[in-house]
Amino acid sequence: MAASGLSAEVDVGQVVLPGDVLLLPAAPNADGERLRLGPSSAPRGRLLCGPGLRRCAAGLLVTKCGLLRHRPPAGAGTGGGAYWVDSQQKRYVPVKGDPIIGIVTAKAGDIFKVDVGGSEQASLSYLAFEGATKRNRPNVQVGDLVYGQFIVANKDMEPEMVCIDSSGRANGMGIIGHEGLLFKVSLGLIRKLLAPNCEIIQELGQLYPFEIVLGMNGRIWDPREVISTPQDWIHQQSGLLHLFVALSPNLGTGAFL
Amino acid sequence: MKETPLSNCEKRFLLRAIEERKRLDGRQSYDYRNVRVSFGTDYGCCVVELGKTRVLGQVSCELVAPKPNRATEGILFFNLELSPMASPAFELGRQSELLVKLNRLLERCLRNSKCIDTESLCVVAGEKVWQIRVDLHLLNHDGNIIDAASIAAIVALCHFRRPDISVQGEEITVYTPEERDPVPLSIHHMPICVSFAFFKQGTYLLVDPSEREERVMDGLLVIAMNKHHEICTIQSSGGIMLLKDQVLRCSKITGVKVAEITELIQKALENDRKVRKEGGKCGFAESIPNQKITAFKMERAPVDANDVEEQAEEIIMKADPPLDVFAKPILWTPGTAQIGEGVENSWGELEESERGEEEDDDNDPDTLEDPKMEMEDVSIVSKTKKDDTIVLSDSEEEEVVILKPEKVPKKTRTPTSSKQENSSKKVSNKKRKKKRVSY
Repeated sequence: MAASGLSAEVDVGQVVLPGDVLLLPAAPNADGERLRLGPSSAPRGRLLCGPGLRRCAAGLLVTKCGLLRHRPPAGAGTGGGAYWVDSQQKRYVPVKGDPIIGIVTAKAGDIFKVDVGGSEQASLSYLAFEGATKRNRPNVQVGDLVYGQFIVANKDMEPEMVCIDSSGRANGMGIIGHEGLLFKVSLGLIRKLLAPNCEIIQELGQLYPFEIVLGMNGRIWDPREVISTPQDWIHQQSGLLHLFVALSPNLGTGAFL
Repeated sequence: MKETPLSNCEKRFLLRAIEERKRLDGRQSYDYRNVRVSFGTDYGCCVVELGKTRVLGQVSCELVAPKPNRATEGILFFNLELSPMASPAFELGRQSELLVKLNRLLERCLRNSKCIDTESLCVVAGEKVWQIRVDLHLLNHDGNIIDAASIAAIVALCHFRRPDISVQGEEITVYTPEERDPVPLSIHHMPICVSFAFFKQGTYLLVDPSEREERVMDGLLVIAMNKHHEICTIQSSGGIMLLKDQVLRCSKITGVKVAEITELIQKALENDRKVRKEGGKCGFAESIPNQKITAFKMERAPVDANDVEEQAEEIIMKADPPLDVFAKPILWTPGTAQIGEGVENSWGELEESERGEEEDDDNDPDTLEDPKMEMEDVSIVSKTKKDDTIVLSDSEEEEVVILKPEKVPKKTRTPTSSKQENSSKKVSNKKRKKKRVSY
């Protein structure tokens, strides 16, 4: 595979395997030199390497198995855009700006340590909550769930998350869940559920009204209580769980468990 | 790596659910998870699955000098290992408290109950005996390791064959499997552990706790028993006070569970023996259900193409044209809203390609779950899953049509060219439409 090499354009939507080399479409040579990694907005005509791909001499080297995806560049430029591999992995890798659900594991001085499912725990400052000041500390206990987003996420540093947006508002973030249930699904399913106009959510909404919080790290929190509603309640709850878990392997790439 | 902590809300939820006598996986309090036994190509190699907990058992033997105080007895050695593969919480090469406890319990269950005739392992008294070594590896951890490990150990021992030997004077000959058939160990009985988790100081009792349940339990009672209702080991941990009635009730439940599991093991062994005798294929590769990449290539089945067009129409009708970016907040349905910009996939929109798959996804869980295993009782979990998917399709306008495509392989709905068929379809289409009106 590596010897022959496939054209990246032709391969979009196809299964790619680690070690495959994707040849880039005939782009001006200078472009290759100015390759940029990371989700920052790419200038017109530039190429963006998403998760699962790495730049090599011949073109793009695939490092994960999954379906190759491509997004054309925002402008009218040709031969650029973003390529990435869509797979059903369960291990979360922090990405800046991702909304995630974390579990507070420790209170250390003025920061909280938060488990986000990544290889390292994230840190969360006690000032990073809406309305928090040095005097007015948020009431966070070990084991609580927090919904927030990453402001620092790179591979060499401890990720850092906040529960406020750039203007200091909570915007839905903060401590969630003294009740309810947290469960985990694959990252692909989460992406699917968060896609605009997701059909599963709509179908479920037709069955019964519900409310869930989805974290990009594969965690779903369902706030409903066991006791608050009648007997068949938990059937719904575990029904939701089972549904997601059952769907999980089939969604997303559709080919990977 | 540290293990994922259990959040407060999960703890609370689990305990409340247990108070209402419900479990997350839909089991009843006294239900055991599905047990699945599969054998490797070699004798004495097996994988036991208890729900999602998996244990690999491997038995090996060696000729060694006996212990001086037991000159005529073979040596049994058990070793359970918890690798980081099973759970990130386990570290390699570290004797954790849990590991020591499990190993000790296994030894008590299998060696001290004298289920293996150690005297038959003696070759020359005081000089050479067989040492039987049972290695158990935890491959995946989803609670109740000890039960899975004890089943794996006894199954591997039952399946194991040691090389035949003959003693002539001072000379011991060990025959290869080609020269003489290997001989099985002599096993008196099969002790099997059954775990009980206690919650709220022993008020609530669950059989076969899952990993999450184990994390919130107050105490654990493990009873090892054989099918003759003889208790081989009993161990209570966690420091709870148990009443006599509770222990008696647990031992009764154990008796029932052990009988079921023993029967299952014997069936599995019998099956394997038959396959080997007939020279059929055996080994893990044969026993793994089709959960691989190619599993989505469904088996070819003759397809009734009569309602293909209807279905296509149905799908088109159901599918909304893809919308552009939403103004926020978005109200999906009453009660479900979306706020904030973070909810969009930062790597682009994937719906176009997946819209088509959606229809198939409804059916796939069933085929995936399809139990290929012969000796299992029907799984409750998969039943509930099935129910769910059906309920999901019930919400459609027309339940009849949605339930049908279960047999239709995906993406083979090619437009048929023959006019005859088309006309007949149109007729049925009309009927359908009429029906719709009447709804």
